[in-house]
Amino acid sequence: MKSKISIQNLNLSIGKNQILKNINLDIPENQVTIILGPSGCGKTTLLKCLNRLIDLEENVTITGSIFLDNEDILHTKSDLPGIRKKMGLLSQRPYPLPMNIYDNIAYGLRINGIHNKHIIRESVEHNLKQVNLWDEVQHRLKEPASRLSIGQQQRLCLARGLAVKPEIILADEPTSALDPLSSTAIEKKFVELKEEYTLVMVTHILRQARRIADYVVFMYLGEIVEHGTADEFFNHPKQEQTKAYLEGIFN
Amino acid sequence: MFLGIILAMPVLLIVGLLFKSESVLHANSLSDLLFSTEWKPFQGKFGFYSYIYSSVLVTMLALLISVPICLFAAIYLTQYAKSVYLKVIQPVIDILAGIPSIIFGVWGILVIVPLISHYVAPFFGIETAGYSILAGAVVLSVMIIPFILNILLEIFKSISKELPQASIALGATKWQTIKYVILRKAFPGIVSSVVFGMSRAFGETIAVLMVVGNVAQIPKTIFEPGYPLPALIANNYGEMLSIPNYDSALMFASLILLVIVLLFNLAARMLISRYETKI
Ligand SMILES: Nc1ncnc2c1ncn2[C@@H]1O[C@H](COP(=O)(O)OP(=O)(O)O)[C@@H](O)[C@H]1O
Ligand SMILES: [Mg+2]
Repeated sequence: MKSKISIQNLNLSIGKNQILKNINLDIPENQVTIILGPSGCGKTTLLKCLNRLIDLEENVTITGSIFLDNEDILHTKSDLPGIRKKMGLLSQRPYPLPMNIYDNIAYGLRINGIHNKHIIRESVEHNLKQVNLWDEVQHRLKEPASRLSIGQQQRLCLARGLAVKPEIILADEPTSALDPLSSTAIEKKFVELKEEYTLVMVTHILRQARRIADYVVFMYLGEIVEHGTADEFFNHPKQEQTKAYLEGIFN
Repeated sequence: MFLGIILAMPVLLIVGLLFKSESVLHANSLSDLLFSTEWKPFQGKFGFYSYIYSSVLVTMLALLISVPICLFAAIYLTQYAKSVYLKVIQPVIDILAGIPSIIFGVWGILVIVPLISHYVAPFFGIETAGYSILAGAVVLSVMIIPFILNILLEIFKSISKELPQASIALGATKWQTIKYVILRKAFPGIVSSVVFGMSRAFGETIAVLMVVGNVAQIPKTIFEPGYPLPALIANNYGEMLSIPNYDSALMFASLILLVIVLLFNLAARMLISRYETKI
């Protein structure tokens, strides 16, 4: 199993609070990696280190390294947009950009210097089809994205991320605001997408993790307690804390 | 009931002022009142054009100065500066907003007027005493900056952090994100803040009256004096009322003020609602 991202000795503090403690983790390529853990254990913060959104926070101290295909992306000052472009982000709630449906997808292309109308149009259609949204919106592409339902918005946000051709998709509890049907749609899509992408998804829903995980990371209080393949993790957990979590004692 | 009173207020104001302006409206045609510069109260001629012109010019100039400053300040404070700066600056803005306008007028006379007379105008090769449209606009802009800035800060703060993050995560730079996402999202609020500032500036009386020179004319440059509507009303009400129709004319001046402010608000509403069907 080839690893796409390698996190080494990652420590992170905000002010005096240490949020992440000595994280070491290899994220396998073309697999769905699920990060599990109770609320507040640092899952979101860990994701933000990967795409360097953590840079937007104040008073953050980070040590360690994160390698993406052998390039240390944690401390490089150059080409942050380039690093971020390689990782699509799907957040807890969809945040469509304040523009119409078409422009939401076109945005990522335009900021990256692609202005050819034909290419943009192709990409909009292709990526909306990717997330099974095309049939629903093809006649209302000029409508504000905010008019879509939450489930549609989340799929739009996924399409928006795919349009800039990332290698990795980061998702932070992407189904927590969605109805069961839309959640299932996203889950299914993720499983399909692993053919082409490496997926990292945070969730606190155990059943969801069981459904789609290839690799599982369990965090607690800023530390990784245990990580392993889905089979190892769910069927033969080694740590007591993991066993307790799987039995639902944490929830 | 209470709501009814609030809704009825503008209507009642307009009707009341219309009623009071009736006699001047009878004696002069509307187009003379609005577009003539002939101001000869003893002959019963009341042309408001130069007053309206001064009012609009001073206000627009004040907005031209204050809106960009407020926008940049609000963007800097909410997007770039450490959050402590905002915490320190916000109470200062509130204090500035509470300063009585007469203080700004005095400050204008002591600082701005001489500055224009000694430095700014000579730079353009113009001689002036400093009491001018520009002085009025500068004083006004300093007065309305706290109000506009306060609104803008609230608007920018209310945009949830995840929205710009979504754009940054797509590989956008911070500036692209501000330009295409934050400013777009904030646009309706920005329009509202500008109109709010405009309404305040348009009606502001004392501070402007002290520095604007109060000469009824069509100023050729902004270094010449002007005579805005509120100054006209404040300077003359209760004094020249022996002249027939004069008080009626001043009521009409108030009506013009009110109608222009209402029209601006209406235009802004329409702009915003048209915009909101697009984003
Ligand atoms: N900007 C911040 N400033 C201070 N503390 C923060 C900040 N962001 C997160 N934290 C703290 O870091 C811890 C982990 O947060 P987070 O990564 O959001 O957890 P999770 O996503 O697992 O629920 C929490 O205790 C939270 O209070
Ligand atoms: Mg979280």
